[in-house]
Amino acid sequence: MNLVKRILGIFWLLAGPLAIFLLIWEAWRKIAANPVQDVYLPWIIIITIFTPIAVGLMIFGYYALKGEYDS
Amino acid sequence: MKKSNQNLYSVIGASSLGTLIEWYDFYIFGSLATIISEKFFPSGNPTAAFLSTLATFAAGFIVRPFGALVFGRLGDLVGRKYTFLVTLVIMGGSTFCIGLIPGYATFKAAPVVILLLRLLQGLALGGEYGGAATYVAEHAPENRRGYFTSWIQTTATLGLFVSLLVILGCQTLLSKDDFYNWGWRIPFLLSIALVGVSIIIRLKMQESPLFEKLKAEGKVSANPLKESFGHKANLKMVLLALFGATMGQGVVWYTGQFYAQTFLLKTCNLDATQVNTWMGIALLLATPFFVVFGALSDKIGRKTIMLAGMLIALICYRPIFASLYSYADASHKTEIAGKRLSQTTAHIDASTGDSAVIVSTMHTYTDGSVLTETQKKTFAAGTSRDKAIPQVKKSMLLGHMYGSRVVGFIFVLVLFVTMVYGPIAAFLVELFPTHIRYTSMSLPYHIGNGVFGGLVPFIGTLMYEYSKTPANPSGDVLAGLWYPIGIAAACFIIGALYVSTKHQKH
Repeated sequence: MNLVKRILGIFWLLAGPLAIFLLIWEAWRKIAANPVQDVYLPWIIIITIFTPIAVGLMIFGYYALKGEYDS
Repeated sequence: MKKSNQNLYSVIGASSLGTLIEWYDFYIFGSLATIISEKFFPSGNPTAAFLSTLATFAAGFIVRPFGALVFGRLGDLVGRKYTFLVTLVIMGGSTFCIGLIPGYATFKAAPVVILLLRLLQGLALGGEYGGAATYVAEHAPENRRGYFTSWIQTTATLGLFVSLLVILGCQTLLSKDDFYNWGWRIPFLLSIALVGVSIIIRLKMQESPLFEKLKAEGKVSANPLKESFGHKANLKMVLLALFGATMGQGVVWYTGQFYAQTFLLKTCNLDATQVNTWMGIALLLATPFFVVFGALSDKIGRKTIMLAGMLIALICYRPIFASLYSYADASHKTEIAGKRLSQTTAHIDASTGDSAVIVSTMHTYTDGSVLTETQKKTFAAGTSRDKAIPQVKKSMLLGHMYGSRVVGFIFVLVLFVTMVYGPIAAFLVELFPTHIRYTSMSLPYHIGNGVFGGLVPFIGTLMYEYSKTPANPSGDVLAGLWYPIGIAAACFIIGALYVSTKHQKH
């Protein structure tokens, strides 16, 4: 089980930046298609909120990879 | 023993009452959002619209975690009792002031003042929950923490219920115009009386015995923020609490109680009074289960119940929401042709000279449901040219036969909430040591609920809108569920793998 925890750690480590990249990509597409306040403001807020959380997920993945959560 | 139990119940009563009032204060703003928007954030004013969006988003999502940090730190430094007294005063004061602010027509700074008061509300809420949960948990015997802290968990649902009840009461007692003109202020102004009573009760309470012990031994943390998030041993538990518990719990909570309501109102176009009545009944029926699952978590473990709730929820969401949608889908109903009623009214706007034609059609179906379609066409002054795209509004009043089914499904959705939310306070309290508990548990709780949960209605609606394509203009009505399902699934995997079933002694 500890091996699974550590291997999945790589996934969590990569999931953080991937999520932010996808959010920015999607926001870019939607804002470019309709650049009005009702569209860009929620996207900016969402990306601002989720970026530190994604960093947290990376740290979580790093700890998992290092075996910090091994039983 | 009897005296100690009596004392414990008075601790729970005082803590729960204050937390319930804070939730009530927080929810009335959301429940009266339409009126508040018209009074303080006039349409056609871009700055006001900007501030309105910030007021809606920022208070719930950004400020709550900050409130958790500010008041969590304070609670670990000076004590639980005084900190959650402060949050109560801030919340009550802000809510009361919102009820006093003149409208935008006479007070141009109103949008900014409302935004600031809303931010204060978010800040106070961020500090309240951790304090109340910690305070009760530190009074309760270890083997019954789940049961006793679950009373705090009922307050969020009851706060919503009370806010709806007070608003409904005001709407019933006042005429529509009176409520719109000044009556909407009553639920805000009433808050000061509720908070006053709660402050008096809380002032009589003693500090938490565990915190008192720490203080007497000189073991109070000198820097709770650094110890909570600067030390790996604790930071890894904070991250585990967020990604392995509160993240999934937050989306399940908001899907069951708020997204379901948004879905019924906006996607299914159901009548608002019918939806709110059914939601109220389901909430009331399901609320005792917070305590049931809290108590059960003392016997079979917090992790088992919370993860079971998440798993069942993510499996059942699509079938449940699909059934709810099918009840409102007029294309599957048989209309009684002879009962169709149509009415056309026209009026001219005196200031612009534009004319508007409103066509209202009422369709009656064999199952007793009634669909009202209202189409409004606006013509430029003196012409027969359409000034704007015709607005079409639909409102479906479902037949009586659907009442028990819809209530049943909402009840099941809220039951999932009670499974994941009932034991969460005890789970978080037990994850962290006493001297930094308030700080450590508040942050993951408010990120999980405020950010991941709070964004469910918004992201869900956004995903539904994005599913509309030229090939499928009506979109996938269930598309919005992929967000809570995805988050709950990730949280379930993390929780199942990484959260230990062994209870840590602090």
